[in-house]
Amino acid sequence: MKVKRIILSVIVGLLIGTTELFANEITETLELHSQALDMIWLVLAASLVFFMQAGFAMMETGLTRAKNANNIIMKNLMDFSAGALAYWAVGWAIMYGASASGIIGTDQFFLKATDNTVFRDWMFQVVFAATAATIVSGAMAERTKFSSYLVYSIFVSALIYPISGHWIWNSDGWLTGIGFYDFAGSTVVHSVGGWIALAGAILLGARRGKYFEINGKKETRAIPGHNMPLAALGVFILWFGWYGFNAGSTLSGTDPGIGAIAVTTTLAASAGAVMSMVISWIWFKKPDPSMSLNGALAGLVAITAGCAVVTPTGSILIGLIAGILVVISVEVIDKVFHVDDPVGAVSVHGVCGAWGTLAVGFFANTGNIKGLFYGGGFSQLGIQAIGIFSIFVWAFGGGMLLFFIIKKTIGLRVTEKEELQGLDIGEHGSEAYAGFQIFTTQ
Amino acid sequence: MKLIIAYIQPHKLNDIKQELFKTGVTKMSVTNALGCGQQMGYHESYRGVDIEVNLLKKVRIEIGINETFVEPTVEAIIRGARTGNIGDGKIFVTNLEQCIRIRSGETGNTAIG
Repeated sequence: MKVKRIILSVIVGLLIGTTELFANEITETLELHSQALDMIWLVLAASLVFFMQAGFAMMETGLTRAKNANNIIMKNLMDFSAGALAYWAVGWAIMYGASASGIIGTDQFFLKATDNTVFRDWMFQVVFAATAATIVSGAMAERTKFSSYLVYSIFVSALIYPISGHWIWNSDGWLTGIGFYDFAGSTVVHSVGGWIALAGAILLGARRGKYFEINGKKETRAIPGHNMPLAALGVFILWFGWYGFNAGSTLSGTDPGIGAIAVTTTLAASAGAVMSMVISWIWFKKPDPSMSLNGALAGLVAITAGCAVVTPTGSILIGLIAGILVVISVEVIDKVFHVDDPVGAVSVHGVCGAWGTLAVGFFANTGNIKGLFYGGGFSQLGIQAIGIFSIFVWAFGGGMLLFFIIKKTIGLRVTEKEELQGLDIGEHGSEAYAGFQIFTTQ
Repeated sequence: MKLIIAYIQPHKLNDIKQELFKTGVTKMSVTNALGCGQQMGYHESYRGVDIEVNLLKKVRIEIGINETFVEPTVEAIIRGARTGNIGDGKIFVTNLEQCIRIRSGETGNTAIG
């Protein structure tokens, strides 16, 4: 009897033990799998965002003249390559190192890490830094000294971008602390790039022949891009890469929100393109291809901040307004302020980035974060405005200072003769379209 | 009737056109041209290999004109094109035997103006 009981209890005990063991094993396996999914998703998304570099290169090349095509592709190649090295050495540490009062990171210089998740996160972040850096290339196209651009690339990836990035994306950053919300970087990446681009374009001055005076009044002359299909390919590549940019910013391959983010991203881009087309149709009498392409990008930039917290309807409204804003701001910057931005980078990234960030305060609709239109009141809107303003002051001011120093030391602009002949020959001693007769009379 | 042929720096085309309009000359043909003169060429390089480019990009303007207009037209072209540097270009003036407007069949001085 006693023996039987002992045997029974041993069996029961063993059974319970195995179940527990089994349960632990399941939890461990799940944990491993979700880590694996994170790893795969983030590296894949980083690759998609990396490909946006190709998008920028093609779009900028297409929207500028043939005599400067080699210069544009060199700038896009080098702001990534030089920028990645700078981000490895300094940028990552400043952005994600241990925070000093929420202002600046202080450790992990030269990526001193052995942890695979740190490598994964660095990979995902370096492509964002490169995106911010390369936005400026388009606004400063066709007249900037190549060596000056290289210097700029290093400083923006090492300092300007990581510091404001620290404020928002480091969990101890001061803007994170007050509740500022920018999911994938309308402000962190795009506005920063856009405002630096504005500073650069102002200090650089317009391309020769862009503005001329008639009876004391400054008039604008169009300088058409040389390859619209290439510009379109660039925009499609950017749109494609944006799925990595936004959906990848879940930072997790098991986040069920990935699908919704892809949806809001698609809808905002479409709404932006449609709206820009409509506005250009009314305003310029014809649906303008390059303005519609800018509109798609405007929608993408604008949805980037709120893509995870807005409804599909919200995303469409954000995109529609971005589509209007981009056309108006391109016209105002060109015809009123006479700042020469050959590809509309300041409008697409600066203005629409700011709009998208502000839009979170209107359209956000989740448990944690509610915008004005969903009964959240004005508090989130106010916080978003503080963030937008602080980043404008930092990026525009920092850009002004950086370009001013470059201008006074190595010079910012090529000679007039070189600008006329084309930067391809002047800066790189080679032509992009050998065998073609390319003539420019401006 | 005369035919004026001018080879100019491409980027001076706009200035020359404006000077010509001021003079009252509004009809012209413009083509791209390659040429070499005193300006000499420049060097490009492709993957480290030197390329000498001596045919430079120029713009050719042709204007058929009545004799009384030759002097002001030439002066207008010079005003627009001259920078004082080598490479500003050249103007040729030749006799023009006949000119026919296709639409109306008019010939000579009436067709050209």
